Amino acid sequence: MDIAFVAAQFLNGLAIAMILILIASGLTLLLGVLGILNFAHGGFYMLGAFMMFSLGQWGLGGMWFWVGLITIPLALALVAAVVEICLLRPLYHRERLYTLLLTFGLAMVFDDLALLIWGRDFKTVPVPELLSGAVSIGNYGFPLHFIFIIVVGPVVCALLWYLLYRTPFGKLIRAASTDTEMLGALGVNVNLVFTGVFALSAALAGLAGLLVAPIRSIVPGMGLEIFIESFIVVVIGGMGSLGGAIIGALLIGQIKAFGILALPNFAMIFIYLVLLAVLIVKPRGLFGEKTV
Amino acid sequence: MKKLSDAAVSYGSRPIATSLVNGKTLTLAGFAAAIAYPLLDGNLYNLQLFTEIIIISLLALSLNILIGYTGLVSLGHAAFLGIGAYASTLAMQHVYPSIWAGLTASVLSAGIVALAIGVFCIRLSGLYFAMITLAFSQAFYTIAFYWDSVTGGDDGLIGIPRPDISLFGLTEISIDGFVGYYYFTLVIVALAAYLMWRILNSPFGAILKAIRENPERVEFLGLPVYRYKLAAFIISAAFGGLAGGLFAPFQGFISPELLYWTKSGETVLMTILGGIHSFLGPAVGATVLIFLRDTVLNYTEYWKIIVGSILILCVLFAPGGIVGFITARLSEIFKGASK
Repeated sequence: MDIAFVAAQFLNGLAIAMILILIASGLTLLLGVLGILNFAHGGFYMLGAFMMFSLGQWGLGGMWFWVGLITIPLALALVAAVVEICLLRPLYHRERLYTLLLTFGLAMVFDDLALLIWGRDFKTVPVPELLSGAVSIGNYGFPLHFIFIIVVGPVVCALLWYLLYRTPFGKLIRAASTDTEMLGALGVNVNLVFTGVFALSAALAGLAGLLVAPIRSIVPGMGLEIFIESFIVVVIGGMGSLGGAIIGALLIGQIKAFGILALPNFAMIFIYLVLLAVLIVKPRGLFGEKTV
Repeated sequence: MKKLSDAAVSYGSRPIATSLVNGKTLTLAGFAAAIAYPLLDGNLYNLQLFTEIIIISLLALSLNILIGYTGLVSLGHAAFLGIGAYASTLAMQHVYPSIWAGLTASVLSAGIVALAIGVFCIRLSGLYFAMITLAFSQAFYTIAFYWDSVTGGDDGLIGIPRPDISLFGLTEISIDGFVGYYYFTLVIVALAAYLMWRILNSPFGAILKAIRENPERVEFLGLPVYRYKLAAFIISAAFGGLAGGLFAPFQGFISPELLYWTKSGETVLMTILGGIHSFLGPAVGATVLIFLRDTVLNYTEYWKIIVGSILILCVLFAPGGIVGFITARLSEIFKGASK
């Protein structure tokens, strides 16, 4: 195992981590602000990938990937806003359990909707022309598309940080995660904040989906699968903690990249071992709050 | 951070109705109908469907020990179905080819696993409890999926037998056929449900309900809340394991699918759909959901979109579950009639 191979594998893990960050950050925001575990979150990831597939079919004069990069997150944000307003909003004053059930139903609907529209076979999307090359690391060629993902991840994180900590809307989001009732009492339209957060989380998940579309096969079950992985990231990092989600994703990314080398079939077992270790030592996650 | 323990798992002061509208009669009538059913309808496909309903009803009832009675929402209950199924299969195939050996193995293994993981899970409550149970169940799913040499990996295990039952060495009863296994399942599940009902209506059950309503107060009364919750977790798992032990010979094959988190989600769904405020509500939920899936599958393979939509509508418009919905409507009618 030479150093170039280790470097390539490390970058691989980094790319996995970036995708997980995009999904887990939305999931953790939903937990922190709305207090809901959104089972349908992976559905937006899946829809992002499928929509990219359709754009790839249409071609759009070679610009399909770049058009999708902008329009798909926006479209999914719109869908999510409608879902939040019509379905979730009536439930906020009721037991949280019902929201859990509702998102579970939504996940079922999303899965079959994708099946209905795009069919059962595996779909593949070509790597966009501009990103189809490879960078050589020692003797290994590292795909340019992975590099693109590794660049997009931190850029989105920085934008998210700016949104949360430097804009008025971000201030409202943080306030809502601390004390929703108080925020409402101060005359802020909390429902609007919730809709915004839900739309934002869906856009981030969709972005992750469209980014992985060219490097993996697209199937309806992919949303359920990624939900579990990003959920583990959130639990390790601590629910509602954005920094925790980032650390958790980086950790899981590397475990996946190097765990596969150690025990090809048991890479997932390593992840669960880490998860259980964290839960046993710090039940609220690495960066979770002390009290539930 | 929102507190699920505040809002979500306190079900108000509404007492759990241990019976429906005159529940005892209805339950007995249902049981009588279940006994008579194979004599009235010779359709083997329907008989199989009912067998599945009976087994999954037990699973949903066992989950309700946690959700409805103790106020703990577990998102990993399918793990015990899977553990029970694998344990009974392995016991029957490798240790002793008797259904009793299988069922005993399924109950014991689910109970022991619940004890081991419960020590960690029970410390948490609300959403955190839901998450850690989900995490543990996914860990078991991964083990079942990758431990090829024992669990058969992705393909699972096939050729699960339904050995004859020996009655005190006097006579042998075959449960290999559809009718035989239907009755066997019905008897085992009825006994298990009765036992569960007795447990939940004992002083122990009353303490569980008290814990659901207000754990601090129970603690102040000097009762070890932690141990009671752990006991509820183990009992719930053991009954869930029994359902798995019945399910493996029913289906004839098992695969890691049984432990996947969507299966746990479905079980929570049945339980809440049926109604967590009544003992048999979850069984009604299981019946409705399995029927619904079967009916929808006759028309289209896209059953999830239909069932998912119905679930969404139920959550929005019938928050008390089916049984809650019906009892509320019935009491309205009765009120109207008495005026």
